[in-house]
Amino acid sequence: MPSLGTSYGRGAATLAQWDLAKSDCVVIMGSNMAENHPIAFRFVMQAKAKGAAVVHADPRFTRTSALADIYAPVRAGSDIAFLGGIIRYLLENDAWFRDYALAYTNLSTIIRDDFQGPEDLDGVFSGFEPDMKAYFVDSWQYEGMAVPSPRSEHHPQTEMDFTACAGRMSEKPPHRDPTLRHPQCVYQIMRRHYARYTPEMVERVTGCRKETFLKICETLARNSGRERTSAFCYAVGWTHHSTGVQIIRAAAIIQALLGNVGRPGGGILALRGHSSIQGSTDIPTLYNMLPGYLAQPNVNKSHGSLDDYLKGETPPTGWWHNEPKYVISLLKAWYGDRATAANDYGFDWVPKIIGDHSQLPMTLAIRDNVIKGMFLLGQNPAIGGSNSRLVQRGLAELDWLVVRDFAETETAAFWYQGCPVRDGELAPSDIKTEVFLMPASIAGEKDGTFTNTHRLVQWHDKVVDGPGDSRSELWFIHHLAKRLKALYADSRDARDRPIQALNWPYPEVDARGEPDVEAVLKEINGYTCGDETPVGTFKDLKDDGSTACGCWIYSGVYPKEGHNQARSRKADGPGGPGTHLGWAFAWPANRRTLYNRASADLDGKPWSEEKTLVWWDADKESWQSPDAIDFEPSKAPGYQPDWNQKPEGMDALDGGSPFIMTADGKAALFVPSGLKDAPLPTHYEPIESPVLNPLYAQQSVPTAKRWNREDNPYHAPEDAQYPHILTTYRLTEHHSGGTPTRSVPSTAELQPEGFCEIPPELAARHGLRTGDWVVLETSRGAVETRALVTSRLRPFEIDGRAVFQIGMPWHFGWRGYATGDVANVLTSIVGDANTTMHENKALTCRLRPGRLSGGRR
Amino acid sequence: MSRDRRTPFNRVGEFLNQWSVPRQMRGADHRTDAARSRMSETLRPRLEDADRVGTSICPYCAVGCAQLVYARDGRAIHVEGDPRSPINEGTLCPKGSATIGWMNAPDRLSKVLHRAPYSDRWEEKPLDWAMDRIAHLTRQTRDETFVEALPGGETVNHTLGLASLGGATLDNEENYAIKKLFGGGLGMVWIENQARV
Repeated sequence: MPSLGTSYGRGAATLAQWDLAKSDCVVIMGSNMAENHPIAFRFVMQAKAKGAAVVHADPRFTRTSALADIYAPVRAGSDIAFLGGIIRYLLENDAWFRDYALAYTNLSTIIRDDFQGPEDLDGVFSGFEPDMKAYFVDSWQYEGMAVPSPRSEHHPQTEMDFTACAGRMSEKPPHRDPTLRHPQCVYQIMRRHYARYTPEMVERVTGCRKETFLKICETLARNSGRERTSAFCYAVGWTHHSTGVQIIRAAAIIQALLGNVGRPGGGILALRGHSSIQGSTDIPTLYNMLPGYLAQPNVNKSHGSLDDYLKGETPPTGWWHNEPKYVISLLKAWYGDRATAANDYGFDWVPKIIGDHSQLPMTLAIRDNVIKGMFLLGQNPAIGGSNSRLVQRGLAELDWLVVRDFAETETAAFWYQGCPVRDGELAPSDIKTEVFLMPASIAGEKDGTFTNTHRLVQWHDKVVDGPGDSRSELWFIHHLAKRLKALYADSRDARDRPIQALNWPYPEVDARGEPDVEAVLKEINGYTCGDETPVGTFKDLKDDGSTACGCWIYSGVYPKEGHNQARSRKADGPGGPGTHLGWAFAWPANRRTLYNRASADLDGKPWSEEKTLVWWDADKESWQSPDAIDFEPSKAPGYQPDWNQKPEGMDALDGGSPFIMTADGKAALFVPSGLKDAPLPTHYEPIESPVLNPLYAQQSVPTAKRWNREDNPYHAPEDAQYPHILTTYRLTEHHSGGTPTRSVPSTAELQPEGFCEIPPELAARHGLRTGDWVVLETSRGAVETRALVTSRLRPFEIDGRAVFQIGMPWHFGWRGYATGDVANVLTSIVGDANTTMHENKALTCRLRPGRLSGGRR
Repeated sequence: MSRDRRTPFNRVGEFLNQWSVPRQMRGADHRTDAARSRMSETLRPRLEDADRVGTSICPYCAVGCAQLVYARDGRAIHVEGDPRSPINEGTLCPKGSATIGWMNAPDRLSKVLHRAPYSDRWEEKPLDWAMDRIAHLTRQTRDETFVEALPGGETVNHTLGLASLGGATLDNEENYAIKKLFGGGLGMVWIENQARV
């Protein structure tokens, strides 16, 4: 989540879900919260019952819209035009929270005078290299100093010596103009940048009538400020775009301008889709990060040695200055006694990445025979992967494939039921892949922790054994590790040192040989080497090899031997503070609302009595709160760094800097580094769009990751062959790739078959009625499905002509009780520059009545 | 079970006897005495036979609803929302309510299935055999594809020949172990999960 990370410091929801009940206004956009996160939506309804306004902006009218006070229909892929319009409204009408934004954001900071924006450069920012389709971010920096990003890659692409220029952050505060008159201050840059995002332009781009748009602006502004707070909720309706990171960035700007971050009932809630998707980002099974948002060593950066890595990745100022402690403690957790100062704690054993190794390029590397052996651990890419035909065809190139799941997935069945076989391109006797399908245990059948969408780490008990040979993934990895360590035990080859050195101390606790999960949790929490005492907090971690810690942000989850805070179930009773500090553990350090120092003013006094969360107690010389405080507990509000001393780390942040993970302690309205596509959100059309960009000559985001090839072609803008917008979505009754609900009788019965939603005006053109068969087609493939003709999807008038949208749920496949064609046959492999997130929320397609002649694809 | 032969006269009499309205009209409380019937007399709490209960977290989305899992004789018999949770306060959505159906799904696997190269069928295999075979293949592929340094001399110590996908449905401890073994131990860099889908 680089958007929230670069804006506020941490890539995570800023508030707890239950806190939404305290909001005065909830804006839901990029999410169908009522249907996809219904239990969290209860808190929105509680807020509404107390008088809060609920706003929903979405391409489809859903149950969320039905329960909202204001519904804004917006064309899929036009979110930044809408949000940019809100930013312009706030700035031009002085509707932002001046005292908050001036103090706690970089609004007044001066950007280098060679910075230029899309106004000057016809849709791109300064630093763009057309040949590389990438930016050098030199000109995006603060005047006189380079600013390291708080996200895992602290070291951006520049022509200057970034580390040396970042060092200047220890010499003086950034140049700021509190009068906001300086032409290169962020405020003036934003005013110029968003000047053309007028209500009329918003209507022209998004299709939402300007009256509705303005009503939303007024509602949001009225319910924000000193006495009131508003919250934003979003989900994959925002992330699944080639500009997804920038959409969320736009919301981050709005919320910081309005003073809604770090305050009760305010903030941004990312609604995530899998039980531990936040956890699997924090402790990443992701290619580019090490646990706790540390950078995976990269051959293209100055990561040649541990010293170089730490020098390049450690910002001089802010909390991230502690990074070496976290890196060295991680290496100690991984390599134990074999990690010593003499061998750089085994730094060279950590593999270096050489490019983008995320799922989309992985899909192509499988097809292109780079990847030979593969593990699939609870994921079903034949359904969930973009360009499903390419995914399924690629699997036949693998030498071997291990699928671990609770039932046979479409992916596991690719070799006899996949589309290349059904199409007659391949027979099983042509496919060399050796496939293992292994039964897996699920929650209820194993101990462990999930991290929920608001950073809450919650333990689940093993109550029963999974059936037969079902085992946990931990069992699988543990026993595979033991076997591999045995296979490599006698090797003298240097390349085999990492597996030999890997510290693997987990005891087995039952007859099946399941490892002790709490032993792993303790390692994640961190402990002192030697006596193996758990550390109480990440403040106890050291950079001298005396501590080990698997993920520093989780320190405190197992603070004492036998104390598993994730299993704690002490909720606040009625009349309690409602932070529920005794219910499980929230990272970091059990803080429930991030950046909560911002709930008080510069003097440490809450902005309003009604919205009190954190305050400075002058007598006790410390901050007080019913929450865990996201600030140094005894740093006085009036503290100023002594710049003569070249202060580093937290010493360089004054007492009015609540965003402690950023290098200047402020929320970044303008992001100098950490993003690859823009310092300010800018409307670009989706890669496939039926209209030309009404705002700029630059049609789509120039830095998008494209893999245009024969088996992954794209549609040109305004392609008459593919005139309609297609958006994919989810249903209440089904879960992602579908196996955990399509194989379950009750959910399959509730939502038994695939379909697509078609607006009545488009259906009329084709003579279609609900229940008729239709074929949807893109240059990647075609599917047949049933039509659901509904005015929930309405035609838009965009730039003077009618544009139709079609919606299709993507859960369905051919196995289980609820079946349907695979929506991802239609989608393409194309990615956001920052995250390589696909764009399955906005692509183009064509529609015809009838069925596929050659059978289903 | 054999049933007594019942005449229409018997049936009407029985109905009038069981129907609560006449009893309510005679003054019986509709919540207690009048609510009783032959069926209600035999109703039992469905959790009465549970021999075990544990706290769990819903395995579907990321809201993190707390659940209580009841089991009898090593089999889950009921899953419900944990009323103590400040998130769900005892409630569950249609997916969360289906958790028991997931645990006891008719199509659940209980044995390792193996498909040999070019074969047209699955074959059941012992778990130990599969683990040994997978460990062997992992080592073989790693050894064939491991790169210590790029042509320019930069140390990479990685393999591009192995990949792992999945993790967002798994526990933190499992993700930690995956990243540690696959990344830190084997040098794999293609390690990804559902965070980007």
